[in-house]
Amino acid sequence: MIIHQLSVFLENKSGRLTEVLETLGSENIRITALSVADTSEFGILRMIVSDPVRAKEVLKSRSFTVNLTEVISIMAPSEAKYYAKVLKILSDLDNSIEYTYAFSLGEKSVIILRCSNTEEAIRALKEHELELIKASDLYKL
Amino acid sequence: MEIWNRHFECMDREELKGVQSERLRETVERVYFNVPYYRNKMQEAGLGPESIQTTDDLHKLPFTTKQDLRDNYPFGLFAVPMSEIVRVHASSGTTGKSTVVGYTRNDIATWSEVMARTLTCAGANRHDFIHVAYGYGLFTGGLGLHYGGEKIGASVIPVSGGNTFRQVQLLVDFGSTMLACTPSYALFIAEALEEAHIRRDDLKLRVGVFGAEPWTENMRREIEEKLRIKAIDIYGLSEVIGPGVASECLVQEGLHISEDHFYPEIIDPVTLEVLPEGKTGELVFTTITKEGLPLIRYRTRDLTRLRYDKCRCGRTMVRMEKCLGRSDDMLIIRGVNLFPSQVESVLLEMSEIKPHYLLIVDRVNNLDTLELKVEVDEEFFQDKISQLEGLRQKIQTNLESTLGLGIKVNLVEPRTLERSEGKAKRVIDKRKF
Repeated sequence: MIIHQLSVFLENKSGRLTEVLETLGSENIRITALSVADTSEFGILRMIVSDPVRAKEVLKSRSFTVNLTEVISIMAPSEAKYYAKVLKILSDLDNSIEYTYAFSLGEKSVIILRCSNTEEAIRALKEHELELIKASDLYKL
Repeated sequence: MEIWNRHFECMDREELKGVQSERLRETVERVYFNVPYYRNKMQEAGLGPESIQTTDDLHKLPFTTKQDLRDNYPFGLFAVPMSEIVRVHASSGTTGKSTVVGYTRNDIATWSEVMARTLTCAGANRHDFIHVAYGYGLFTGGLGLHYGGEKIGASVIPVSGGNTFRQVQLLVDFGSTMLACTPSYALFIAEALEEAHIRRDDLKLRVGVFGAEPWTENMRREIEEKLRIKAIDIYGLSEVIGPGVASECLVQEGLHISEDHFYPEIIDPVTLEVLPEGKTGELVFTTITKEGLPLIRYRTRDLTRLRYDKCRCGRTMVRMEKCLGRSDDMLIIRGVNLFPSQVESVLLEMSEIKPHYLLIVDRVNNLDTLELKVEVDEEFFQDKISQLEGLRQKIQTNLESTLGLGIKVNLVEPRTLERSEGKAKRVIDKRKF
């Protein structure tokens, strides 16, 4: 149930994001989801990709600072109340959410979550009968 | 704590000043009459031997630099006939012609005396086995330690450098208690011990005296942890005498200078003015007992500061701080002296980063600006903005408190900063004067 998200450190310099995407493209690595967190000087690019281990190696060989981060992923109806429910479960446990992003597949949406205690979050979300996505399924989306 | 020469090392500072002034007068007289180079320089400045009565007059005398030694290569600044010289050493000369130094029989005795103080300072005595892994030869390290060790009656093992495998074997077999070498070689030996699967209990080492190259507090901790010894910093340079000029005591709050032999001053490397106590600047030495090669106000290029308060060990000899860097690299930012090595030492103290950095100095609206680019370490990178921003802020705060200057810190991707062969480019000064 643990998803390995690819995180890349980026300076705010034009062309760096393009370089990452071109590198992954040339290796036929697919991107399921992507989000950028940024400050005025640098940013962190976060991606769910089809082959995170290989993607990390490829980017490392091109001198990027890369890390694999454990996140979880939930499939839920595309309605705000379901997103709220997920977040409420975690905040009731004092399991703080470091960041989250989501994308819609129409009727349903995929929520990506990074929280302070991943194992606990998985247990709790399962108990509330939420649908967690397996890594292999998410990479294929 | 043992003190080798309580009479001088714990002397009342007023009394010491008298001793220093008397020795200075003799030295100035000697160089005036025996070294044409110094006589000419003094005459040009309108000075005679009588112009220097106490150490307060020292500032009137001109400086001596490494270039002066080179210009007078090899023996031009010697103050005695060669028949009086019993030993010659020379520096490696990587940055030009080598500098040659000569010793009379008395100079060798002085050197042994100050080295005996150094070793006693580090807690050694006649019961110690001293493993000397400094090079023996033209370099002053090996023989300097050797004579000092014999003087205190310790058992000296003159291993010299190289053949690390054998060094490790001897450390075990002879049960050496003190290690003397460069700090980087100490780490090398520590690794070799690990590789040879030698248990720490098989060693009797308890202390090491390390010098001859700059090293950080981080390196000290690493040596102390890996070898489980106390690591003592020692300082010296062949021009002044060799090792033995200054040494840390077991209190480890600065290095005691044997100032009854070597009179220290701190100067501003740009204006050449003598700086007051506590200010950081270039260390300058006047040798006040040497016969073979007396040096007047010799500019070491090493940066440090002095403190004159009495040490907890009981010694009254002035203490110098661990050297901060070389004056050749100094920048002046908004009137404040800044050395890239200061930046480096702050970065080295932080485990989250490696010291790959670039300082960029510029002038915007007549105001100097300082920017530091530092590479994010892969091992530290964990995908949180708050963590990176926290790190950036921490570097900035640590630097500002150490440098006393505002600085803008930016994190950059690893390996984006130029790596050059040998010396890395650490500073870009865009200001136009």
